[in-house]
Formats: sequence, structure tokens, C-alpha cells
Amino acid sequence: MAETYIARSSAIAARMLADEMMVMNSLDSTFFSLNEVATAIWQAADGRTPLREIVENQVCEQFDVDPQQAQADAEQFVAELSQHGILLVADHPWPEPQPQEKP
Amino acid sequence: MSLLGEMGQKAFDLSVPISVHLDVTYRCNERCVHCYLDHDDHGEMTTAEIKDVLDQLADAGVFFLIFSGGEVFLRRDFFELLEHARRLLFNVKIKTNAVMIREAAQRIRALGVDTIQVSVYSHRPEVHDTITKLPGSFKRTLAAIRFLRDQGLKVTIANVLMTSNLGDQYHLQKLAAELGVHYTLDPTITPMMDGDTSVLSLRIPGEELKEVFRNPALVPNMEEFCAPPKPPSEDDLESYSCSAAHSFCYISPYGDVFPCVQFPLPSGNLRRQKFLDIWNHSPQLKEVRSIKAKDLTVCSSCTHVSSCTRCPGLAYLEGSMRGPSSADCEKSFYRTGVPTANMLRNGPATAPVRGLVQIRPASAES
Repeated sequence: MAETYIARSSAIAARMLADEMMVMNSLDSTFFSLNEVATAIWQAADGRTPLREIVENQVCEQFDVDPQQAQADAEQFVAELSQHGILLVADHPWPEPQPQEKP
Repeated sequence: MSLLGEMGQKAFDLSVPISVHLDVTYRCNERCVHCYLDHDDHGEMTTAEIKDVLDQLADAGVFFLIFSGGEVFLRRDFFELLEHARRLLFNVKIKTNAVMIREAAQRIRALGVDTIQVSVYSHRPEVHDTITKLPGSFKRTLAAIRFLRDQGLKVTIANVLMTSNLGDQYHLQKLAAELGVHYTLDPTITPMMDGDTSVLSLRIPGEELKEVFRNPALVPNMEEFCAPPKPPSEDDLESYSCSAAHSFCYISPYGDVFPCVQFPLPSGNLRRQKFLDIWNHSPQLKEVRSIKAKDLTVCSSCTHVSSCTRCPGLAYLEGSMRGPSSADCEKSFYRTGVPTANMLRNGPATAPVRGLVQIRPASAES
């Protein structure tokens, strides 16, 4: 099965506010608030780690969730954010590590 | 309430500085007749100092960052600061006269800047250039707006309404629509930083303010906006004036921290203190943060208290941050036709000073 790789767009702004991550796309001003699980995925979106590994290491190990359900939820989350240009999706890793400033 | 509004309220409730206005210089290549700034350089923060401040702001939870001045592009290191800010994932808005922007538009776009706000005062070049005192500035600014727009950047034309350009506001709004950019109108003229009030003579007469408030092209919800005030509830009296010191603050090019751009109460300096120490422990910010509507000396008994846009900074400039801001009294009066408690107290002989208002026309809401 082909892997999915995710990276953050360079057009986004992001910051933690209490337990939520605020994410905004400067291109179309779409604004999202991510919960803890979504934040963990978003923060691990380095363009080089497969989504499957992110779900295993960042979601299943840290949160009490069913692995299959977690993978399905993660794919849905990634699809939604990629539609708004907040996450970039590819079937191969990016050649260079993506910027990793912690918001 | 929108999700963005909910986040703003959450930041307010938690006293998180979600938004900061940072002036990186007071130097400017224009000399606008209404400007409140002294344009000399009295020791601006260095590149390293501002980068350190940006690091601290990110750690403190700042999300919205406004870069302004003076003219930001007069700093040779401005793009270095901008790149650093974007690496820290701030949502960045730049306020500029755009005179120096040409090919830089591409670089701004590539850095993921959210919005560029450009000052334009008239659709007539001679009026704009007379206000900026820079010949040819209208032509250069308009060319830059087209460059920025063509790069896909969100551009807002910001117009300050004063006696010199009164009547041009509708033509400029039309020009903004033709250019495909947003438009804001602000009849706020503030005293100079040194207290000189001579610029206040540029404020438009109150009767003209009334006309602006009743223009549906500028005020989309005009009937509601101009409706007589409702009696305040207990919740209204427990509420706070604005976001100053709650979720917003202002930083000068010299590292001074204030509750707001329009609230010159020195609250700390970033060359001597860390940002969070000032934000959390400054007695001045704590005092501003503590004031509820019920604590206001005159306004707590005013019929407008629940709907007035009373600015505590302007009240401070008039003598007390708990007192009335007569400029906002005037705004409430001309908006609704109902006199304020401050006006009734002072009697008709002491009419309020000419108004300071912030309005956002329909075209900017889309």
C-alpha cells in the first residue's frame, strides 16, 4: 500500500491557545481550531514521516483510541485540511525537511 | 459567534496576548499632515533585539502580528524581520504607504503575509500628495497596490477622513472597488505623541460625522447602528471596554510596551524586561485589565454604556482611564441623537471635542 506524506503549507499561521491549535491560511483566510489529536498530527507533519507512522507514534501511543479508527479519522482530517491548502499531501517524502518551528 | 470570534473571546478570558501591534520604526518617507508621530530615530531596537522580541511574543501565544510604523520598508532589515516572523508562524499584517514596494510584492506574497494595509487619502492625486507632502506619492502607491493585488495578496486601502479630503471618501471607495481591494474609512485624528493638539483642527465637524454614520454604503447595518441605546443590563456593567491589555498590546520601535497604540500609558520596556513579565506583572496593564463598566466614573450611569465604543486610551489622554472619552461621547451622540451622561453633566456650553471613530464599510466585510 502506498504511503501518504503530509507537510504544512508555507502560507499558514499557527499558534497554541490553551489546549487548542489555531491555524489560519493567509491565502483564503480559512481558520481552523485543532483539538489535541489533530494538533499532534499537524505538528508531526514534517513531509518525511508517513501518515501511518504519525498515527501509530503520535496518536495511538498518546491517546486511548482504536488504531483503525484513528487512521480513518486522520485520513479524513488530512483530506479536509489539504482541501484548504493548510496541509500538503504526497505519496512520496519531500526532499528537504520542512520547517519545524513549534507554534 | 464565528470560530475566530470564539478564539478571540477565549484569549480575552485567559488574558492571552493573541494580537500585538509592533512599530518597527517611526521614520517615514511621507509627512502626512495628520500624523501623530515624531519621525526621528531615537534609538530603534536592533535586528537582533526585534527578533528576540518576536521569539518572546510567539512563546507568549501571540497569533496576530501587525508590523507598522512609520514606514516599515525604511528599515533595511525589514524582510529579515518578516522572514523571522513567518518562521515563527505569526499571522502577519503589514501597514505601509507602499511607496517603496515594487518587485518586493512577490517576496511579500511568497512569505505568506496575510494582509497589506495601504494608506490612501483621496482618489485625486493632488489631494493625496498634499496630505502626504510627498509629490508623486499617489501614483507610486496606486502602482504598488496593483502589484500587490496582482500577486494575489489581500490589500486594504485605509483612508483617514479629515477636513482636507472630506467628500472624497465615496470616490475613493469606488476606486478601491475598481481595483478589487478592500476599503476602510477612519475619521480618527489623535493628538501628537508629544501632546500637541494642533492636528485636531483637521477633524471633520460632528454634523459631517452624522452624514457618514447614515450612509448605507459605509455602514451596512445603519438602522441598527444608529438606533437609540438600550438600557444597560447587569452583564453590561460587568463588561470591559476593549481588548487593550486583555488580549492586545502595542510595542514601540524602542521596546516600550503600552496597552494599545492609542493608549500611551508606559507599561514596561523590552530592553530591560521580558515580554511575559511585563504582560503578567506590569501594574499599569493590571490596572487597565481591572476596569469594568461599573467602575467608570461618569459612563457607568450613561444610557450609552452598553453600546458606546468608549476608548480607555482616549479617556486616559483626557485625564483618566476611568473617565469619559468625549470624542466617543460625540460619536454616540451623532450616531443616535441621544446625548451622553458626560454631555448632560457638562451642559450645552461644553460641547464634546470632534469625534474619533472606527467604522468599516460594507465593501470591507465581504
